Amino acid sequence: MTTEHLPEHPDFLWRNPDPKSSYDAVIVGGGGHGLATAYYLAKNHGMTNIAILEKGWLAGGNMARNTTIIRSNYLWDESAAIYEHALKLWEILPEELEYDFLFSQRGVMNLAHTLGDVRESVRRVGANKLNGVDAEWLDPQQVKELCPILNINDNIRYPVMGATYQPRAGIAKHDHVAWAFARKCDELGVDIIQNCEVTGFIKDGNKVVGVKTNRGTINTEKVGLCAAGHSSVLAEMAGFRLPIQSHPLQALVSELHEPVHPTVVMSNHVHVYVSQAHKGELVMGAGVDSYNGYGQRGSFHVIEHQMAAAVELFPIFARAHVLRTWGGIVDTTLDASPIVGTTPVENMFVNCGWGTGGFKGTPAAGLTFAHTIATGTPHKLNQPFALERFETGALIDEHGAAAVAH
Amino acid sequence: MLLIPCPNCGPRDETEFHYGGQAHVAYPENPAELTDREWAEYLFYRDNTKGAFAERWLHSTGCRQWFNMLRDTVTYDIQAVYPMGEPRPDKENAATGTTAPTLTSPVSPEGAVK
Repeated sequence: MTTEHLPEHPDFLWRNPDPKSSYDAVIVGGGGHGLATAYYLAKNHGMTNIAILEKGWLAGGNMARNTTIIRSNYLWDESAAIYEHALKLWEILPEELEYDFLFSQRGVMNLAHTLGDVRESVRRVGANKLNGVDAEWLDPQQVKELCPILNINDNIRYPVMGATYQPRAGIAKHDHVAWAFARKCDELGVDIIQNCEVTGFIKDGNKVVGVKTNRGTINTEKVGLCAAGHSSVLAEMAGFRLPIQSHPLQALVSELHEPVHPTVVMSNHVHVYVSQAHKGELVMGAGVDSYNGYGQRGSFHVIEHQMAAAVELFPIFARAHVLRTWGGIVDTTLDASPIVGTTPVENMFVNCGWGTGGFKGTPAAGLTFAHTIATGTPHKLNQPFALERFETGALIDEHGAAAVAH
Repeated sequence: MLLIPCPNCGPRDETEFHYGGQAHVAYPENPAELTDREWAEYLFYRDNTKGAFAERWLHSTGCRQWFNMLRDTVTYDIQAVYPMGEPRPDKENAATGTTAPTLTSPVSPEGAVK
């Protein structure tokens, strides 16, 4: 459960090289997705003369700010395929990366509070099973058995009418995931360059041939963008647009508590998701702030709402204290699905639009995006998530469809 | 939380408002003549500006009127509030060469933008 000891703080796990004058490929963004992309470029495609450019410090953006939930119980085939592939990678990565980042498959419950929720949930369980995703429907009594601190009384505004449950889902230590990828990238020869902000791109006609940074110009044959909330800013520098809106997404933690919460509980309807971190903090998140924002902070009423929901569902949380709240900038799309693939600029590729759920997708995003960068063609898992879908109309509408607490 | 200066009601909590996204996006004059690319631009592509951004807000639990607001998306400072249909106050000068109207910025806490 939540009593495992954390590993000792590790020694330096990667070098801090100065940028070279040229690389075979440059990844912009040193968060989870950028690190995973570089790792699979080196491991699966033999591209080791590559660099990750990070404007701040490694994994200091959304990788440090998410609520670490990993699950694959999405409704549509395309999403189930890529997120389930990610989950299978999560299951083998601790061994492959030789780093125990405490992936704890404690299960994820998605609560249903209305008849509409119940119907959507039962349908999704069926769709998940057909896609090889472990899923089951729980009645309120079974919910209570799995998570005794949940209030299933019918005297609250939105009583728990049941839940979907994915036993293989869970949480992982996000920082350790980043460090695990970074160490392996470094071992494989990848240059991880922090405090290196991209300020422009050099193009030959419509082809990108270099990157301008605050640490000099770097020539490169290929560029992969993994910049989440700042993807639009980079795209504008490169001369194209993305159908992305950046919003603040907030989360909070309580003080440390004894282990009380054995699983992960998400509620789309009253809008909160809660787990208990390995150290003992209750970790909670909810939806995005409505307005566009790059400020890595949001409005307090959002926090208030998610805590109200949490206290109604978990009455024992009423006396817990908030330790801190924070925000990250998430890159949302109108169909709540990511964008991975080619761009209107030759040799420039984009991985963005993961919105509020990018952490769980990290390994599959990296694996498929590396394939796309190395070969110039889509991977079968990311093909449906190409930018062109907004023109063809082949959207993958996960809004409200996938237990997504977007 | 944002304190939004409604042009009709004065400063009110953000919770009274609904966000309407980017302002000044006109409905296409001849939608049937658009290419798929142009239609996608209208439906799905919006500016995602880092900095001063013109956006629509609805005072849904107050006067129930829409208005435009110029807000910095990094600092969240509200720089101007102006009626729908009017050009961006910070861009008009450049666009028309005429004198820009006085910005209602910075908005005072008393909400002097009636």
